[in-house]
Amino acid sequence: MDRREFLQKCIMVIAGASVPLSALTLIDPKKVFAENPDIQWAFLVDTNKCVGCGFCVKACKTENDIPFDAHVSRTWVERYVYTKDDKRYVDSPEAALHGFTESRIDLGRGEYKEIDKDNVGKAFFVPKLCNHCTSPACTQVCPVGATYKTDDGVVLVDRTWCIGCGYCIMACPYGARFFHPVAKVADKCTFCYHRLSKGLDSACVNACPFKARRMGNIHDKNDPITQIIMNERVGVLKDEFGTKPQAFYIGLAQEVR
Amino acid sequence: MKSHVWRPLYVVIALAVALLVFRFFYVPNDFRAGKRGFMYSYHRLSNETEWKNQPAKYSVTGRERMHEYCSECHGEIVKVRSEKLHGIIPCEDCHGPAMQHPDNPEKLAIDRSRGLCLRCHTNLPYTTSERHRIPGIDPKTHNTGTECVKCHNPHNPSLEGMK
Amino acid sequence: MVGEIAKHAATVVHGEAWTIKELFTLPNEYIYWSIQIVMYPYMTGLVAGAFVLSSLYHVFGIEKLKEIARFSLVFSFALLPVAMMPLTLHLQQPFRGINVMMTPHFTSAIAAFGFVFSTYGCIVATELWLVYRKYFVQTAVAMKAQKNRGAVDGFRMLLFSALTLGAWDISNEAVEKDHKACKIMAAIGIPVACFLHGYAGFIFGSVKANALWMTPLMPVIFICSAVVSGVALCILCYVVVQEIRQFMAKRKIARWAKDPTAPTIEELEGAKHEEVMIASNYLMYFMIAAITLEILDLIFRGYTQVKSWDILREVIMERDFTKIFIMQYAIGNVVPFLLMVLPGRTVRRTTIATVLVLFGVFMMRYNVVIGGQSFSLSFAGFMDYTLPIIPHDLETFKEGLFGAISVVITPFILFFFINKVMPAFLKEEESTH
Repeated sequence: MDRREFLQKCIMVIAGASVPLSALTLIDPKKVFAENPDIQWAFLVDTNKCVGCGFCVKACKTENDIPFDAHVSRTWVERYVYTKDDKRYVDSPEAALHGFTESRIDLGRGEYKEIDKDNVGKAFFVPKLCNHCTSPACTQVCPVGATYKTDDGVVLVDRTWCIGCGYCIMACPYGARFFHPVAKVADKCTFCYHRLSKGLDSACVNACPFKARRMGNIHDKNDPITQIIMNERVGVLKDEFGTKPQAFYIGLAQEVR
Repeated sequence: MKSHVWRPLYVVIALAVALLVFRFFYVPNDFRAGKRGFMYSYHRLSNETEWKNQPAKYSVTGRERMHEYCSECHGEIVKVRSEKLHGIIPCEDCHGPAMQHPDNPEKLAIDRSRGLCLRCHTNLPYTTSERHRIPGIDPKTHNTGTECVKCHNPHNPSLEGMK
Repeated sequence: MVGEIAKHAATVVHGEAWTIKELFTLPNEYIYWSIQIVMYPYMTGLVAGAFVLSSLYHVFGIEKLKEIARFSLVFSFALLPVAMMPLTLHLQQPFRGINVMMTPHFTSAIAAFGFVFSTYGCIVATELWLVYRKYFVQTAVAMKAQKNRGAVDGFRMLLFSALTLGAWDISNEAVEKDHKACKIMAAIGIPVACFLHGYAGFIFGSVKANALWMTPLMPVIFICSAVVSGVALCILCYVVVQEIRQFMAKRKIARWAKDPTAPTIEELEGAKHEEVMIASNYLMYFMIAAITLEILDLIFRGYTQVKSWDILREVIMERDFTKIFIMQYAIGNVVPFLLMVLPGRTVRRTTIATVLVLFGVFMMRYNVVIGGQSFSLSFAGFMDYTLPIIPHDLETFKEGLFGAISVVITPFILFFFINKVMPAFLKEEESTH
């Protein structure tokens, strides 16, 4: 063959070989279950017990290196106050990092609303965090595969791969995500994955004096948390989005968004 | 394929091949989908281990094991005399993480600020929450400017034993 | 003092600098997608629209659009790299941007970006090559024949020779092959251009968490308004460039104006009236389509009044009323439409209309992107966006007024250089098509 044909054939071989060389392994559907114990982490919040002390937020920020003066948090507590004249006030001053030390409601823009104590009808606290959904909208929209759900049910972010586009933050219906101010990538509650694997409780679960926050393995029928979820009336946040959240709430009022 | 109009296609193919070769070197080998499939768990597998290996800061001073861990060294000083009151608060909530203590830090913080106590003890009139069962004060009128611990002992908070 | 500022600067969260939160918003909510994410669909829309205009001639053979079509094709190539700029300026980790091509997670609309964009770029480049191949060959041959070449001319000779891709045959048969292939590329390019901008609409329309963005109409609205903006831009630039050329020829300022083979004053009649009239007809058709869909979406929301309606109504009808109804619909749609549809349409009236249309489409992007982030996920609070004007750090520069301006002027700079290699205006015998 002449030089031209030889060159053409070479190019075709290289082009053909480069495809399997960098083949994308798209699907690895079923890992062997025997490899890992069957764990699916679930979270249980008891809003009847929460008093809004904010120790959970402080512990989370300390444990996970979220700067205290950054106005973001992996977890937070919301206060709902309904007055007898049919008004509803909700706030979460600094994500409840310092707890709720004032009865006046923080309205933002430096404004506050004083509430007369005789006017208070229903009032309660709702801790919130990443729900580690079964069908998370956030992992679906990540363009590079930087955020994902582990086999044991925790949604994590790969800090070395995240490009910081913010699509996952926009896609989360619960507002659980944010940009980490120092690492400059997307961040969120990890259920303290680094503690779970050492047999420790998550920082917020550990910190709550009132047992308002608990975690368990929802695939273990004997787990006390699983027993509660299966036998008592629990709710989840915003289930209309089909994300199937794995953070369950006892005492969830309908107005909690 | 003899016609010259196919030439741009060869350029495109060359670029695609170059991209794939670059990808072979750039993308880590363990980048694949996990048990939850491509949609929910496409990632670099070794990242899971990286997260697991991050050191923990708070130890196990949950309510159940609190006293064992701290009273080993601090003994009677920290025994909270009433289990039902401040006994429910993990030591590390007020004193900070103690996993590496006493190596790092050598001394844990002793936070004497009013803010620490006001987290629970600001009186909020919420009858539908456990909050109202915690005895509280109005921070704007109750001994303003004074540290709470001047009069109240956080390890023995009963009001009878006050200074 | 400096240490304190430095420490504080490290913990200002991305988005905090230009977001003012009101009432109850979740702690992590800020306007994360700011002006650059408004610019991005705007620029890709211009790309898609310019290409569709050029295809009206190349595929559908509307002869009267020949001049503006060629101009649009070259201009869309200048716009193409600029579509990447807002994204690179927005990313928190811009150097990892390549990850989108390396491990594309195809369930994400943004992952489509790398590939659709590259494919589209290849199609436009190919079409340009087919159109200009004859010109490349003629120029390269002429330069090779020159005895005394300077360094610049030597470089130009190499460049044009390379650009021929070794296809030196410019006989009528070869050129006829170019012609046919060009038509095919333009035909393939139309659905790809639609996909390029349809997926940008899908990025927003598929975010179920956002009550304003989530609608199946979003991709179609985006495509229609993209075509509107692209056609409007091309008409505007075509008119402006032709008028400049005529002006320069009259003054014999430009070098080529002294060249005896350059077009004469009679040939350079400025923007051809008929080209502008027909192009603006198409502009109006697409404007009707775009506005119909947008109004339809609004009517559905107001009629069905789902959970999000209370807060959306307050955002659309009260807080953003001026931006939506006055700036986008009235000034950006109704006024230019009237300017064009009323009898006695002139080139000048059409040009003014195109400026207003470009403004209107920009406001549409702004109202979707920023508007969608003006209310909290809690439906109980608001967030106001203030565009950073004077930057005080890298972030407020990239995502502020100067970042936006640099995105807007770059295509014109690029066009200036691309025009030297692929002149947007060629004499008949030089071009293939």
